[in-house]
Amino acid sequence: MDESRDSSANKGIRLNQNQTTEPNILPLVLDNVSYEVNGMRLIKEMTLALKSGSSTIILGPNGAGKSMLLRLCHGLIKPNDGTLSWQGPSGDNASFYQAMVFQRPVMLRRSVTANLHFGLKSRGLSRTERNQITEDMLQITGLTRLAKTPARSLSIGEQQRLALARAWSLKPEVLFLDEPTANLDPAATHSLEEIIGTIKATGTKIVMSTHDLGQAKRLADEVLFLYRGRLLEKAPADKFFEAPQNDLAEAFLKGELLWWHRQELKPPSEIKHRGDQ
Amino acid sequence: MSDFSEAFAAAFALIISFESSLAEIVGLSLQISLIAVLLASLIGLPLGAALAVFRFPGRLTLVVILNALMGLPPVVVGLIVYLLLSRSGPLGTLGLLFTPTAMIIAQTILITPIIAALTRQSTDTLWKEYSEQFRSLGTRPDETVIALLWDNRFSLVTTILAGFGRASAEVGAVMIVGGNIDHVTRVMTTTIALETSKGNLALALGLGIILLCLALGVNAAAFLINEAAVKRHG
Repeated sequence: MDESRDSSANKGIRLNQNQTTEPNILPLVLDNVSYEVNGMRLIKEMTLALKSGSSTIILGPNGAGKSMLLRLCHGLIKPNDGTLSWQGPSGDNASFYQAMVFQRPVMLRRSVTANLHFGLKSRGLSRTERNQITEDMLQITGLTRLAKTPARSLSIGEQQRLALARAWSLKPEVLFLDEPTANLDPAATHSLEEIIGTIKATGTKIVMSTHDLGQAKRLADEVLFLYRGRLLEKAPADKFFEAPQNDLAEAFLKGELLWWHRQELKPPSEIKHRGDQ
Repeated sequence: MSDFSEAFAAAFALIISFESSLAEIVGLSLQISLIAVLLASLIGLPLGAALAVFRFPGRLTLVVILNALMGLPPVVVGLIVYLLLSRSGPLGTLGLLFTPTAMIIAQTILITPIIAALTRQSTDTLWKEYSEQFRSLGTRPDETVIALLWDNRFSLVTTILAGFGRASAEVGAVMIVGGNIDHVTRVMTTTIALETSKGNLALALGLGIILLCLALGVNAAAFLINEAAVKRHG
């Protein structure tokens, strides 16, 4: 299955160009935000600001708190400590201007088209508007020929493209992506990255978590490096990849494993095997 | 033994001829149970879905009670409805006792908890999968309930059929509130009980076979619908 063939080569489709308009809800400011579950602190005293106009990639190993940070920003979970505020003029109505795509696409048990309609209905759009946007989205994401197919019978790559289309169709100012390509093969990943690139080009702020360094390099304007619930580094992408300030970030970039106590791995010769004399 | 085989032969002859007295009884049974299932679904489906979605104080207690009510003994339901509808009862003035309406009321009370509890269970599973996405989209509570019911439609068909099976098979409640009056409130189960005690095994057995076939048909339908749904929606 060629995932990339019919993706976002999309001439003549009207994209929502909100590049020039002023931000409605950005910047998002986190002040000393902590989040804990059952006494386990998963996000620790995080202070940062997300500004419009650049894409932010959240990097870090598994368990660093990437997904939690995205959920906190998107408002799916509330911080136990600290404050989180959208400081744009429409900041009080922030949820209206955001969308999120999850690591495992959530597909309604309906057709591809009906999945797109469902998202748009929650924004109170009329049927004509919904039809128009749905048609555009299917074309941009290369799903037109699958419009009537039950969404859950699509391949995982196609499902993720649909999830992305559904989120994008809401014309969000900020789009949160939680490792959207974690379960995908390289072709599907490429296709999804192309669409994300297109979304970025229309002026939507991308905030995406990943542990894929190559992907981070391709998509990032700015990098947040998380490790065990802490924000260890926030830097422009080029600076971060060239010369990370934090030693753990440096180790992560080199592909070294980050252990709890940063202990040295034993060389294989020192490991005793059963039956060794 | 010959009694037994004769009864079988007579029963099959009765089913094949499908004479009017038999047809009347089968027809009334279906009518009462179908209306009861319809009413119980109208109450039970939204109630079950709402219990899965909304968090409020006392919710767990309600869920436990609802699950317990699934095992409601039909005779007890019959007794309660009898007391409510009898001449001296609070609803006695309606004059509904020993009418098909009374039987519908009793069966509705009997199966609403079943439909609501099973709906809550299956909706709960679906809601765990959908909740973050719905909250992300900002789906309204009423839209959420409707969407969950719709997306769960195939397993809900099974739920509704389970309710229908329970309603059409029970005898205790309809016996008490219907009274098993010939041509008025006589349904399959009450007739079987009466004719067996009278020794008229042919009619009892004939109705028994029809009832069994109905149960078989309902279950086969539920199975096939689920199969088709899994094939289509995964």
